[in-house]
Amino acid sequence: MKKMSVKTVVAIGIGAALFFVLGRFVAIPVPFVPNTTFNLQYGVLGLFAAMFGPIAGLLIGFVGHTLIDLSWGSPWWSWILASACFGLLTGLFASKLDLESGVFGKKEILTFNIAQVVAHAISWIVVAPGLDILVYAESVEKVFAQGAVAGILNAITTGIVGTVLMLAYSKTRTKKGSLNKE
Amino acid sequence: MSKNAALSYLPRQSVVHRLTGTAKLAFFLLWSTAAMLTYDTRLLAAMTITGLVLFSVSRIRLREVKGALIFMMILVLLNLFAIFLFSPDQGTHVYGTKHVILPLFWRYEITQETLFYLLNFFLKYSAVIPVALLFILATNPSEFAASLAGIGVSYKIGYAVALALRYIPDVQRDFHNISQAQQARGIDLSGKDKAFTRLKNSAAILLPLVLSSLARIETISNAMELRGFGKHKKRSWYVQRPFERRDWVALAIALGVLALSLGLTLAKGSRYFNPFQ
Amino acid sequence: MSQPIIEFKDFGFQYNAQAEPTLHHINLSIYPGEKVLIAGPSGSGKSTLASCINGLVPFSYPGTTTGSLTVAGIDAPHSSLFELSKHVGTVLQDPDGQFIGLTVAEDIAFALENDQVPQAEMKKIVDEVAGLVDIQDRLTHAPHELSGGQKQRVSLAGVMVDDVEILLFDEPLANLDPATGKQTIELIEAIQKRTGAAVLIIEHRLEDVLWRSVDRIILVEEGKIIADTTPDELLASNLLIENGIREPLYLTALKYAGVSVTPEKKPAHIDSICLDEADRQMVCDWFANTAPAVQQEQAEVLLEVQDVTFGYNDGQTNLEHVSFSVRKGEMLSIVGRNGAGKSTLSKLICGFETPNSGRILLNGRDLVGDTIKERASRIGYVMQNPNQMISKPMIWDEVELGLLQTDLTPEERARRVEETLKICGLYPFRKWPVSALSFGQKKRVTIASVLVMNPEIIILDEPTAGQDFRHYTDIMEFLRSLNRRGVTVMMITHDMHLMQEYTNRALVFSIKRLLHDGTAVEAITMPELVKAASLKETSLFALAQRCGIEPPQAFVQRFIDYDRQVREHE
Repeated sequence: MKKMSVKTVVAIGIGAALFFVLGRFVAIPVPFVPNTTFNLQYGVLGLFAAMFGPIAGLLIGFVGHTLIDLSWGSPWWSWILASACFGLLTGLFASKLDLESGVFGKKEILTFNIAQVVAHAISWIVVAPGLDILVYAESVEKVFAQGAVAGILNAITTGIVGTVLMLAYSKTRTKKGSLNKE
Repeated sequence: MSKNAALSYLPRQSVVHRLTGTAKLAFFLLWSTAAMLTYDTRLLAAMTITGLVLFSVSRIRLREVKGALIFMMILVLLNLFAIFLFSPDQGTHVYGTKHVILPLFWRYEITQETLFYLLNFFLKYSAVIPVALLFILATNPSEFAASLAGIGVSYKIGYAVALALRYIPDVQRDFHNISQAQQARGIDLSGKDKAFTRLKNSAAILLPLVLSSLARIETISNAMELRGFGKHKKRSWYVQRPFERRDWVALAIALGVLALSLGLTLAKGSRYFNPFQ
Repeated sequence: MSQPIIEFKDFGFQYNAQAEPTLHHINLSIYPGEKVLIAGPSGSGKSTLASCINGLVPFSYPGTTTGSLTVAGIDAPHSSLFELSKHVGTVLQDPDGQFIGLTVAEDIAFALENDQVPQAEMKKIVDEVAGLVDIQDRLTHAPHELSGGQKQRVSLAGVMVDDVEILLFDEPLANLDPATGKQTIELIEAIQKRTGAAVLIIEHRLEDVLWRSVDRIILVEEGKIIADTTPDELLASNLLIENGIREPLYLTALKYAGVSVTPEKKPAHIDSICLDEADRQMVCDWFANTAPAVQQEQAEVLLEVQDVTFGYNDGQTNLEHVSFSVRKGEMLSIVGRNGAGKSTLSKLICGFETPNSGRILLNGRDLVGDTIKERASRIGYVMQNPNQMISKPMIWDEVELGLLQTDLTPEERARRVEETLKICGLYPFRKWPVSALSFGQKKRVTIASVLVMNPEIIILDEPTAGQDFRHYTDIMEFLRSLNRRGVTVMMITHDMHLMQEYTNRALVFSIKRLLHDGTAVEAITMPELVKAASLKETSLFALAQRCGIEPPQAFVQRFIDYDRQVREHE
């Protein structure tokens, strides 16, 4: 692995802590679907992956999800890897976004959302069910249905929460020179 | 919040606790890999029993993990039910034969194969759960980072994990304070609003949380650099303990189980133990 | 004199992100074993100056340097953070941000681990250093089990493992209660005596640092050093006031009394200052000739807390049998040591938590059963850190946020937001993003966002924490103007100046209980109260005693009243 900066190390640690707290203690139930909640943590993971890159995204997803599972009792590796995969892919696709410059318009929103939807699709409709079938010899219909539901919900959450966060974050980067009192 | 409190380290005097973090982590990973690879009923059953024995040796009482156990049982049972719902013939699919016990309706029927498949699926989890619980409950979080380094993970990643563990309580406290202050302004996640509104509202809590976390990343990385983090290719660990005989024994057992799991699969050319043929 | 350990020669620095240099033509020498205070208002460049010494500038915050800077014989701008960290130990302001380890021992060992020190040696050093800062019986504790002062001790130990020749403290008093702040200053002195390291303290709370003597004070303003002299010389000059630094209160009192303060009188400390018979007489005369302030009439009771007991977890309490009442239009302080229950009290009043027993009444009506939202329309709560409260990027949206949940029409909302922004002096900025504002302005935005709901009371948690004198005065004068408009103001604070300058009444908490409900002057003059609540006795009290004024409390009260009048006429 290339030399990882101290800032990236810290971003992984804090990002995973955020992922854990949101995933473990914050539950917004999904209407009509029992026992399902929106996973706010993917919105934050999307933002961190776009800001700190694919490796950070991968590790935040992996560490954060593992900690959540361990705090319940036992890890579900296939889904943990799917979270890691989402972080990695979003980081790869969205690394072109320059949030620091304060420019985050329609084009950037579109880029981010395409990136996150594709990343979720691959993670939850290919990686998670694929591993479930390989490891647990699970029923194909079941795991794809499960994966599709998770993927769609997570894409909605990331789309709303991640986009709002990015818009807000990019606005905090506005240069002072552009402002006048009225 | 205490009702669904997250599992955490329970210090005890036991042989499991005395194992080094590295040994426990390696054991846990090898053991889970072995359980993932095989579908051999005999091996999975043996692993489950061994896991339970280890659990009793650890002096952690069952009632201390009652909540977690019930939660996981529900999760596994829901999974079993979902498998049956989506593909009632999964057993036949796996084992190739069909012995109907009780026809239900439409395509649903209970077969010996399906029941046996579901039993195996259950065993796959029950083989791992006691060991996973032990890993969480009997490993001092301080040993976590050193253990990861011990099994060959870059110490930077190991330290990122340590930082996550270190700052989870802080992030949780921030989240709590921020959401209270936002509730006072009428923004509530647990209210009766529509799901979509609540998702958007959640951003009102997440934004300050994320921005203050980003500021915190800055401070922490400064503090770490000022104290020489990342200076060398390696670092030493205050909490690391030297490997003793019992650690090697644990490692050998886990390797043995993994070898057995691999061996059974390779010898038979199949992951399954099939009593129907 | 020996070689300087730090030497700036015509040094300048400009951040890459900024249009202007932050430091200009700095010439400064600091010698081994010296203790130097670096003071200056926020934005003066004093933190940048310190960052140049420990290497954060230019290695973490890149920019261009001119001139030269030598630290412990190293060409600092051309070495590395790691090399400098062997010689310079830095204790940062944020106690949680720099507590990296999961336990005390691991945090102290952090630098040693990075240096691959073998474990046995590491344990020996950690034990030794922990003993130096007196934290050895807490080695296995996690950070959240420690007080702010203890965390700071750990941070100090963490940099002392390296036998550094220079110790740098960035605003060490910012997050501490007054008594702990005093202990910190004592600890710094003890450590310096033992190690012989050069000590640099960056702080704008001059009087608190001068609790123990320093060799020199460097005054920084607009990126230049405008004074480099002994405390006695500096305190006798007008430079502090001119540059927005608060001078020690006893000096203000002496100046009111007409006593001339000269360096020969050794004004650096209340115990060392030489006052002759004539000086003391002048103080006594001033006391005799100043009329006491007129007591205000008492309005009706607005908020009543009746025998409230509360605990976060079953089987333990965080507040016990607290009773008091607040009258309409009051402005009062809630003070006491960390963890005494001050924040818990405000959470109970706002309805974030529910008391186990006892009642809370507003205008005579029991608040039990009211939701957080319902209470919030009458009781506003402002968090300590504005960054944790602001959830919209634009100022207008942030202030309007709470109104969106009400059934006001858009026109009414706009009118309310406009009106509030005008009161808060934010109207010219209404279309700005919050991020373009200074910390003090952000604080105003959070107050505005609460004020827009038209509350009868606002409760503020540490309204001025970490602010220099100018921002402190801005925020507090603003709060006073709100108070004059009829808003009742309750403030949780560690700042003894704030308490005595702006509030007549203080609720003093100590370990779960309301220890004292009386005047602010009592809280800083009654020795047993000062001790129990981790407060600090005001130097005015000592001054009154030295001048033989009886009772000294009356002198303190007289000074505060007079000082308030003076400030109001400025």
